[in-house]
Amino acid sequence: MEPQVRTLVDISGSPAALKGRADLVLERARWAAEIFQRYDRDLTMAIVDAVAAAAHGNAGRYAEWAVKETGFGVVEHKRHKNEMTAFPLVDFYRDEDFVNPRIDEARKMVEIPRPAGVIMALTPSTNPIATINYKILISLMTRNAIVISPHPAARECSVDAARALAQAAVEAGAPDGVIQIIEDPTIPLVEQFMGSPKTSLILATGGTAMVRSAYSSSSPAIGVGPGNAPVFVDSSADLSKAAKRIVESKSFDNSALCTNESVLITLAETDARLRQCFKQARAHVCDDDDVARLRRYLFHDRGFNIECIGRDAVWIAQECGIRVPDGTLILLAPVGQIGVEEPLSREKLCPVLAYHTVNSRRQAIAQARAVLRLAGAGHSAAVHTGDEQVAMQFAAAVEAYRVVVNAPCTQGAAGFQTALAPTFTIGTGFFGRSSVGENIGPQHLIQWTRLAYNSDASEPFGHYHGLSSGFSGPLPEAPADGVPGSNGYRTPSPSPRPSQDTLPGVTRDELRRMIAEELRAVLGK
Amino acid sequence: MSQAKLEFLDRSRAFWNPGKTQDWQDMGVDLVIDRREGYYLYDMDGRRLIDLHLNGGTYNLGHRNAELVEALRAGAERFDMGNHHFPALARTALAEALAACAPAPEMVYTAYGSGGGEAIDIALKTARHATQKRKIVSIVKAYHGHTGLAVKTGDDRFSKLFLSEDTQGEFIQVPFNDLNAMEDALRGRDVAAVIMETIPATYGFPMPKEGYLPAVKRLCERYDALYIADEVQTGLMRCGEIWACTKYGIEPDIMVTGKGIGGGMYPIACVLITERCGGWLKEDGFGHISTGGGAELGCIVAMKVLEMVQRPEVRTMVRNISDYMRAGLDQIMAEYPDFFIGIRQHGVVMGLEFNHEQGAKPVMKHLYDNGVWAIFSTLDPRVLQFKPGLLMTQAECEEVLRRVEIGVGLARDELMGARRRHG
Ligand SMILES: Cc1ncc(COP(=O)(O)O)c(C=O)c1O
Repeated sequence: MEPQVRTLVDISGSPAALKGRADLVLERARWAAEIFQRYDRDLTMAIVDAVAAAAHGNAGRYAEWAVKETGFGVVEHKRHKNEMTAFPLVDFYRDEDFVNPRIDEARKMVEIPRPAGVIMALTPSTNPIATINYKILISLMTRNAIVISPHPAARECSVDAARALAQAAVEAGAPDGVIQIIEDPTIPLVEQFMGSPKTSLILATGGTAMVRSAYSSSSPAIGVGPGNAPVFVDSSADLSKAAKRIVESKSFDNSALCTNESVLITLAETDARLRQCFKQARAHVCDDDDVARLRRYLFHDRGFNIECIGRDAVWIAQECGIRVPDGTLILLAPVGQIGVEEPLSREKLCPVLAYHTVNSRRQAIAQARAVLRLAGAGHSAAVHTGDEQVAMQFAAAVEAYRVVVNAPCTQGAAGFQTALAPTFTIGTGFFGRSSVGENIGPQHLIQWTRLAYNSDASEPFGHYHGLSSGFSGPLPEAPADGVPGSNGYRTPSPSPRPSQDTLPGVTRDELRRMIAEELRAVLGK
Repeated sequence: MSQAKLEFLDRSRAFWNPGKTQDWQDMGVDLVIDRREGYYLYDMDGRRLIDLHLNGGTYNLGHRNAELVEALRAGAERFDMGNHHFPALARTALAEALAACAPAPEMVYTAYGSGGGEAIDIALKTARHATQKRKIVSIVKAYHGHTGLAVKTGDDRFSKLFLSEDTQGEFIQVPFNDLNAMEDALRGRDVAAVIMETIPATYGFPMPKEGYLPAVKRLCERYDALYIADEVQTGLMRCGEIWACTKYGIEPDIMVTGKGIGGGMYPIACVLITERCGGWLKEDGFGHISTGGGAELGCIVAMKVLEMVQRPEVRTMVRNISDYMRAGLDQIMAEYPDFFIGIRQHGVVMGLEFNHEQGAKPVMKHLYDNGVWAIFSTLDPRVLQFKPGLLMTQAECEEVLRRVEIGVGLARDELMGARRRHG
């Protein structure tokens, strides 16, 4: 008979067991982070490149898996997002050095990068793999360890994807445990992780209860609040282009990105023409009955219907019993009110765009502010205009930290098709009760120790160039005395891989342009 | 020392153990452990010590590990010690969990003792029954406990005191790492078993030479003796695998685990026995009776210990702790090359060797004064037992190294005079 390992007394749900498990994973991560700090930039980047290569290679497979598992989004768009968060992401930051000290002769200062330590990353169901790629790579660039808590709805593909990247990292010489993922992310377990003093920083993306509790945990947190982007189409805008861009944005991965436009505001004088442009761009403009059906479907008694997230417009229309032409890309839902009375003025994460008409620019701003007051403070907004005065007034008034001008907001606010940093974590800043208002990048995962000299001219600055920064690499392996072949030290010296060819002479602007072109290609534009 | 402690020590001398109580005072270690948590001990006067003694791995997972406390608490809602005469749910469940991770596939049975010594006695009795021979070979300065048979395998300091040393020529001792002596002892084919600590702990962790243990196992096979692995100190992941004998390529006939298997929360010890050696369990299953042996609450805790030490994270932790401690100790050794002369290591089992007959004793004392509790090797006081826990944090390890560097320096100065200048 084979022995079975059985549990007679199950304590797995007890606070002690949950804390014990969280502590163990986090402590392993702390060890990894501590050892990682011994690595120099070449070895660090060799690991980053190896992981990016693995992420790139797996992009298609996990795009399919994610769509199958979650039901959200479009495989082809997800594949592209997964690829974007591999090589292009790394190349975007390639020229930045998060490892070596910076020497500032003029100010007589030396700045030494200090990694946060252990990043606790919550990842969403809507962009599971792209967010995992992105968070892992920015953590590795800055020599941090990362523990991922995947959204339960995307658990399987997330666990598999993170494990694959962890393996690639360790094979390239990273400390064991530098990338870990929680395989059964129940709320009480994840709360243990977030509240632990072993967690250095929580990096929260998603729209779930977990993100909210990240803020209220005792650990430092950077997070996205939910988005709910208002987009103002001004009378000075090229209406046809505006409509096209908004449709492109709303249909990209079926609005599964939190930067997608949620409520369109336009002026009465442009209303009719704009609707016409939208129809030409393959949007369906709903009538009152359609809107009532949509409202009932998207916001049922129990709140927002997550079934609709990342579904395509035709599918949603069918579910609601709305007749739309084949090939319809988005549903435009005219609403008479904005605020608590109108659920459609909330975040929707599907290709449904509330559409509201106002009488003046002043009123447009008031309504845009109201949209963000309802939800999405600190996140994103967009404006389509030919008048910089309008753009300026709008941006200065709305409580959003990125206002995309004449571009699709989904892509633009996330740093694709604009010069913002490419990201899958949008800092919602003070308006959104978060600590960072920018697009999150590797720079947010380190802080700097500043060596500051007496500024008196009589006190000379030291010669810091070429000073050893004390990078000693991986820990030598301790001997297991008496075990054949293990006498004395064995220093694992992972041969630094030849670094991924940066495209020679490519500037960041060019890279951005290439990324944008690739995105356009995906979108068939 | 507080008045309260002074009074307590008098009571300890009066009612518990005058000799032991006084010996520690003489060695300058006035420790009376009160609170304990994780890898910290708190003296009754409130001083904190980092525990690197861990009672030989009893506290591998830390003192009062919260998961083990919870397992014991939850277990007590259903179980007590149990009735040792009857088939018992928890005893069988633990036996299965042990069989599933045993160092040899044929190890199917588990017999239980209430402590390591009793389990060693069971192992020796099992070997005698299986081979129908009496002689037992052990290592000079081996330590297997102080019960009836176990005490005879060890240093005669502990047997003679009680007029319990071997007088029949049944217990033979050979030097460690000496294959010729071992072969001489076995050649007569009248030996039931060789009992071997995978790394002799109380002897200060002298390390088996490459090939020594497998050669002993081969000699056992050649001369019809059984190989008993005493994994009381070396098991449970301390050497990077659940049983250290596996690292040396040994599949023992009988294996003993104790100390850490009870998580420091409920005493229990286990003897794993192969089908071939377990004859007495069929012939007369009541052959060894122990009311406390394999108490079911202990089994519940032990199952949790086994589950915990086999988590993949623990493996990484042990490797990091071993590597990190070694790197730090090497640096300290380089600081005091005339005094701190060697490190014996396998995983988190470490012995620090000093260049003085009693060198580990002042080191122990100065570490104690500097907030670290590590004990000298009773049977080789040149060596300090240095045994970090499986779950030590990087910060704790760094803290230990900082204090060890200071303590070693002070001990060196005490024994060898004023600090030489160097560098
Ligand atoms: C290797 C070894 N075996 C056996 C024992 C005996 O265990 P116990 O003290 O539980 O009887 C010990 C105790 O120190 C030991 O170190």
